[in-house]
Amino acid sequence: MIDLPPYPPLDPSNYDLIVVGTGVSESVFAAAASSSGSSVLHLDPNPFYGSHFASLSLPDLTSFLHSNSVSPPPPPSSPPLPPSNNHDFISVDLVNRSLYSSVEISSFESEILEEHSRRFNVDLCGPRVVFCADESINLMLKSGANNYVEFKSIDASFVGDSSGELRNVPDSRAAIFKDKSLTLLEKNQLMKFFKLVQSHLASSTENDDTTTVKISEEDMESPFVDFLTKMRLPPKIKSIILYAIAMLDYDQDNTETCRHLLKTKEGIDRLALYITSVGRFSNALGALIYPIYGQGELPQAFCRRAAVKGCIYVLRMPITALLLDKETGGYKGVKLATGQEIFSQKLILDPCVTIGLESLSSLTDQENETISVLVPKALINKEKVARGICVIRGSVKADVSNALIVYPPKSLFPEQLTAIRVLQLGSGLAVCPADMHVLYLSTLCDNDDQGIKALLSAMSNLVRLPDPKNQQSDSVVENDTCEAKPILLWRALYVQQLVKGEFGGTISSMPSPDGNLNYNEIVESALKLYEQLMGSEELFKEETSVENTTEENDDGVDIED
Amino acid sequence: MHGRPRKASKPEEEAASAAKAVKLRSLQSQFMKNHHDKIYTEEAIELSTKLLEINPEAYTAWNYRKLAVEDCLSRIDSDPNLVNSIFDEELRVVESALRQNFKSYGAWHHRKWVLSKGHSSIAHELKLLDKFQRLDSRNFHAWNYRRFVVELTKRSEQDELQYTDDMINNNFSNYSAWHNRSVLLSSLLAQNADGFMPNERIPDEYDLVHSAIFTDPDDQSGWFYHLWLLDQTLNVETPLLTSSWPSHGSTIILSGAGCLNGSSSKFTTFCSESGSFPLILYFDQAVGGVSSSTVTIDSELKGNEDLVWEPISYKNSQVSCVWVTHLKYVSTDLCEYKVKIRVGNSPGIVSSRGHNFRAPYEFVFTAHVHDTVKDSQEGIVSWTDGFDIWDAKSKDLNSLITLDQLQAEIDFKWRQEAIDSEVECFGILSDSKIGKLTLARLLMAREAMVSDDAVKGVRYEEILQLYNDLMALDSSHYQYYKDEHSVAFLHKMTSSSESLSRHLFRYRGMNNLVCLRLNNLSLSRIASVEKLLFVQMLDLSHNELHSTEGLEAMQLLSCLNLSHNRIRSFSALDSLRHVKQLKVLDVSHNHIGKHSVDTTRYLCSSPLSNSEWSQDDVGRQNPGLVTKYWDAYFVLRDLNLKQLDIAGNEISGNEFSSFVLQVVPKLVWLDGQKLGN
Repeated sequence: MIDLPPYPPLDPSNYDLIVVGTGVSESVFAAAASSSGSSVLHLDPNPFYGSHFASLSLPDLTSFLHSNSVSPPPPPSSPPLPPSNNHDFISVDLVNRSLYSSVEISSFESEILEEHSRRFNVDLCGPRVVFCADESINLMLKSGANNYVEFKSIDASFVGDSSGELRNVPDSRAAIFKDKSLTLLEKNQLMKFFKLVQSHLASSTENDDTTTVKISEEDMESPFVDFLTKMRLPPKIKSIILYAIAMLDYDQDNTETCRHLLKTKEGIDRLALYITSVGRFSNALGALIYPIYGQGELPQAFCRRAAVKGCIYVLRMPITALLLDKETGGYKGVKLATGQEIFSQKLILDPCVTIGLESLSSLTDQENETISVLVPKALINKEKVARGICVIRGSVKADVSNALIVYPPKSLFPEQLTAIRVLQLGSGLAVCPADMHVLYLSTLCDNDDQGIKALLSAMSNLVRLPDPKNQQSDSVVENDTCEAKPILLWRALYVQQLVKGEFGGTISSMPSPDGNLNYNEIVESALKLYEQLMGSEELFKEETSVENTTEENDDGVDIED
Repeated sequence: MHGRPRKASKPEEEAASAAKAVKLRSLQSQFMKNHHDKIYTEEAIELSTKLLEINPEAYTAWNYRKLAVEDCLSRIDSDPNLVNSIFDEELRVVESALRQNFKSYGAWHHRKWVLSKGHSSIAHELKLLDKFQRLDSRNFHAWNYRRFVVELTKRSEQDELQYTDDMINNNFSNYSAWHNRSVLLSSLLAQNADGFMPNERIPDEYDLVHSAIFTDPDDQSGWFYHLWLLDQTLNVETPLLTSSWPSHGSTIILSGAGCLNGSSSKFTTFCSESGSFPLILYFDQAVGGVSSSTVTIDSELKGNEDLVWEPISYKNSQVSCVWVTHLKYVSTDLCEYKVKIRVGNSPGIVSSRGHNFRAPYEFVFTAHVHDTVKDSQEGIVSWTDGFDIWDAKSKDLNSLITLDQLQAEIDFKWRQEAIDSEVECFGILSDSKIGKLTLARLLMAREAMVSDDAVKGVRYEEILQLYNDLMALDSSHYQYYKDEHSVAFLHKMTSSSESLSRHLFRYRGMNNLVCLRLNNLSLSRIASVEKLLFVQMLDLSHNELHSTEGLEAMQLLSCLNLSHNRIRSFSALDSLRHVKQLKVLDVSHNHIGKHSVDTTRYLCSSPLSNSEWSQDDVGRQNPGLVTKYWDAYFVLRDLNLKQLDIAGNEISGNEFSSFVLQVVPKLVWLDGQKLGN
C-alpha cells in the first residue's frame, strides 16, 4: 500500500454507486447495478479480482493470508486522526478487519513448488463448487456472465471414515445401481426415498394432482433426521443423505451440539437442489461443477459483465476514509488512498472494511447512524470456518481426479462435531501442475483449535508427509496399498471468521465467504440486498434476449438454458 | 427420445409445417418423375438427396439411390477413387438423414446396403454409432446396426459385452442394452468361452440384474433380463422324457368294446372298438423326430412293426411335447404281454432348440387282454352319481403316477443353488409386485427341481398366496395371475399321490373308469397334464376355463365335463380334436356363441383357411349352416361323440341341434335326451 503506482485522478468523480471489494457478492451487485443503468465505480485494494473469493498463486495466497490475519496489521503511518473537519465534509478513517486467524503455512518440498509456483490457482474460499441448478448458475445465465467462465464436472463424491476407505455417494439412479457397498435392500430403500422426494417435488409444481405422493405437512415441519428415520432408512444411508447430499454441517443426531437442526422442508429443498442439478447440463456428469482456473473466475466474470455495461474498475486502490455531510451527517463519498475524494449516492463495502472504535466517540448520533453498519459488532455467533489447503502428489483415489469427499460428524473421531468436506481438484481444471492435486478442506468450528484439529485429522486420513530419507523411491512403496496415499507437498491452515452482510440505507456491508460448499446463500443475500437498496426491478432483464451460442467442448460443461 | 412429453404445436409452427408439406410434395412429384423415367443425372440425384434430407422415410428415394449408384458404377471404369467417392456420398446422405430422423428404417437399411458393397471403411461406423447411442441410448435401430457393424469388423463379443456394461452402468433402464447382452452371452455361453461357463457366469449376471431390479423395481428392462436368466438357469438343454402312458412297471387291461367281466379290477382298463391302444410319450420340451426308428418297441403284440408316431400339437407343427402312437392288439387273444419301450435308441429325437435326446431310456409295462362279456351299452353317463371313492391305500396309484426321468445332469447343482439364492434374494423384495411375481416364479421353478419327497410341495401354499395377493394388488393383470394360480394349484395337486387321490374316483358305469374330479376350484387354465395321462374321465365343471388347451395330451380321455365354465366358442375346444377316445362331452352353461372366434388365441382355424367343407356331405347339403356354425363344425366333425350337452349356451337352439345331428350322426344323447330314430 505504500508504493502505490501514481494514479491519474479519476474522472468523473461522481457516481450512483461505489463498490469496494471484488468478492462474489460485490461483483454480482456491481454487475446488476451497471446493467440497470447506474453509474458504478468498483474498487479493490488488492492487485487482483475476487477479494476473499480469489484464486491465487501459492506466494500470493500466502502473503494475502498473512496480511489479513490477526497478527496486528502494520500501524498506520500517522496516528489515527480524529475525524477531520478541514473540508466541507467530515472524514471518518477506515480500518481493516482481519478475517483470518491461526494461519499456518508449511512447505515440504519447496524446490518443486517454487519451480511451478505460478502454475497454481488456489482458492481462498475453498472447498467450494457450484451445483448445476445453483442460484449462481441461474444468475450467470441471466446476466451473460457465463460467457466468461468454463466449467468442468466433479467426477465423483465419496464418504470417508476413520478407516481411510472412501465409499461412493450413491446420489443418482445410475450411482445406486453401480454401487458395490450397498445391499440390495439398501438400494431399494434409497431409491424409494429419492422417488418419494421427486414425486413430492412434482406434486408441488403441478398442483392438485391427487395421484402423486406428497410428504405430509406434519412431516415437513419435523426434523429432517427424524423423517429419514421414519422412512426406515438405515443409519449409513441417513448419514449419506444428510452430509453428502444435503451437505449439512452439524451432527443432526446430537441436539446439544447441533447449531442448526434442519427441518424436513429445508432438507427436501436441499435434496431438490441436488436432484435437479444432476443432468441439468448434458455434459455434466453429476450435480457438481467447478470453474476452470479456479473460483476466482466467478467474481471476475461478473466484473467483466459489469465493465461491459460501463462500470469503472480500479484495482490496488484502497479507500482510506468516509466522507459525511457536515450538516446532515449523511454519506457523501469516500477518500481514496491517492487522496482523491469521490462521491456517490450509495456505498457497498467489503466485509473487511470497518471503522476504528476510537473514531466513533467524536461523531454525532446522526453520523453514527450513517456508518453504523461498519462498526464491528461484538460477535453473537462465535461460529467460524476452518479451512485447509494441501498440494499433493498423487490422488486420494485412483483414477479419480476431481472429487468431493465428506467426513460426516463423528466419522473420524468421537468428538468431531461437524462434517468435514474435502475437495480434490486436478490439473485438468488448470489449478495446479500435472501429477499434482490441490485438496481443499473445511469445517465449521467454535474455536480455532477445534477446527484445525478436525482438518488435521482428515488430512492425515488422506495424505502422508514425504519421507525425508528416500523421496525418490515412491514407486517402490506404492506396491503397498495402505502406503499408496498421496504425498503432501505444501499445506496451509487458517480459520476464517464468518461475517454477515448488513444493509444500512446508503452504506451497506457485504458478507464474508460462508462455510457452505456452494454460493447459493451468498448470491441470495446479494440479490436481497440489491432489492433493498436499488428497488425490486428485475435483474439483468435485457440480457435474457441475448442468444447463447452453442459450443461443442470435449469435456467442458456448457452452461446454457 | 424417451420420457419427454409431447408439446402441442403452436399456430406458427403449424403454418410452417404446412409450407414444408407443400415444398415436400413438389419435390416428391419431381422425384417420382425422375424415378419413373430412370433419370440418374447429377441434378436428379441431388433432388433425391434434398428429398431425403427433409423426409428420410421416403423409402422409394432410397431405392432410387441404389439404382442410381449402380447406374453410376456401370458408367465409370471401376476407378477405385471414384467408386469410393460415390459410396462416401451415400454414407454422407444417410448420416444427414439420420440426423433428421434417426429412427428411419430406410436410412439404416441404405447404410447397410452401402457397407455391404465393401468399398467404404467401416472403421468410422462404430464412432458414429457411439455418437448416436449417446444421444439416444435405447434406440433399437442403432443397436441393430451395431450388431451388423460388429459382425463386419469381427469385433470380439467380449468387447461388445463390455460395451453393454458401460451402457447399463450409464442408465440401466435400457432394454436394448440388456437384450444385446443376452444375445452376446447366449453365444459366449454356448461356445463355453473362457470365463463363460454357465455355472460361474450366470450367478454374476444375477448380481448385476439384482442391482437394477432392487434399485428401481418399477423399471421393466431388468425384469426381462431376469426372466431370460431364469430361463438359462432352468433350461437343461437336453430334452427329457417326463412321463408316458402306460408308465414304467404298470399293468393295463385291454379289451374290446363293451363291458368287462371282472369289472372290479383295480388296473386301468382300456376298451377299444378298433383293437388298438395309445402309447403316449410326454417330453419336457417340444421335440421332433420321434419315429419307429428312434423309439423301439419290444413285445409279442403282433402287427406293430411300423408304427406311426403323431405329434399332438394344435399348431400342426412337427415338434411337440406329446407324441402318440397306437399299438394294435387282438381282443380275442387272451394273454398277458410284456411290452418294452426304448426311447432314443438311435439318435434323431431333437428339441426345437436343436439339442439331442441323449441318454436312451427304457420302460416296461404289462398288458392283459380280456374278453368282453356283455354288449356295449349306450347308457347315459351321469356326472352326479356312480362314483366310487379311490382307495388311497391301494398300491396301484403309484403305478398310475408316472415317474420323471431322472435328471442326472452333472451341472444340476449350480442351477439349484442359483434358484435357492434367488428365492432368498426376492424374499426381501416381496412388498413390490415384481418382487412377488418373481418370487412366485422362482418357487415354482424350485419345486420343479425337488426330487426329495420329504420337501416336495411344501412351498405351494406360499406360491398360491403370492398369486392371490397379486390378483388383489394388480387388477389389470388379474387374468394372468389367475392362470398362474391355476397352474400352481394343479402342480400342487399332482405333487403327491396323497393329494391327487383326493380327487380320484372310479366310475362304475363304464368299466370302472379312472375319473379325476376337479370341479368348483375356480381353475382358469389346465396344467400338469403330463401327470394325468391315465385319466379317462375328467370333471372340470364349475371352473373358469376359457379353453381346453393342454387336454390334447390326455389321449385316454373318454368323458369330459366342461359345464359351467367360460368357454366362448367352439374354436376354444379345438385341442379336443386330438382326443380320439372322447365319447361324452358336456359343455353346457358356457358362453359358446358369444364370440365365433376364440380371441384368447392368435392362431385358430378360420372359415377362410378351410375350404374343404364344400367337399364333404354335410357341407354340400347345408352350406348355410356350415358357414354359420363353422367353428362348431370343425371340432364336432373330428370327434366321435355319443353324448353331448350343449344347453345353456348362446348358440343352443333347435337350429343348432339339428345341425349337430347332421355333423355327428352317431350321437345317442343330446342334452340328456335319447335320440330316437
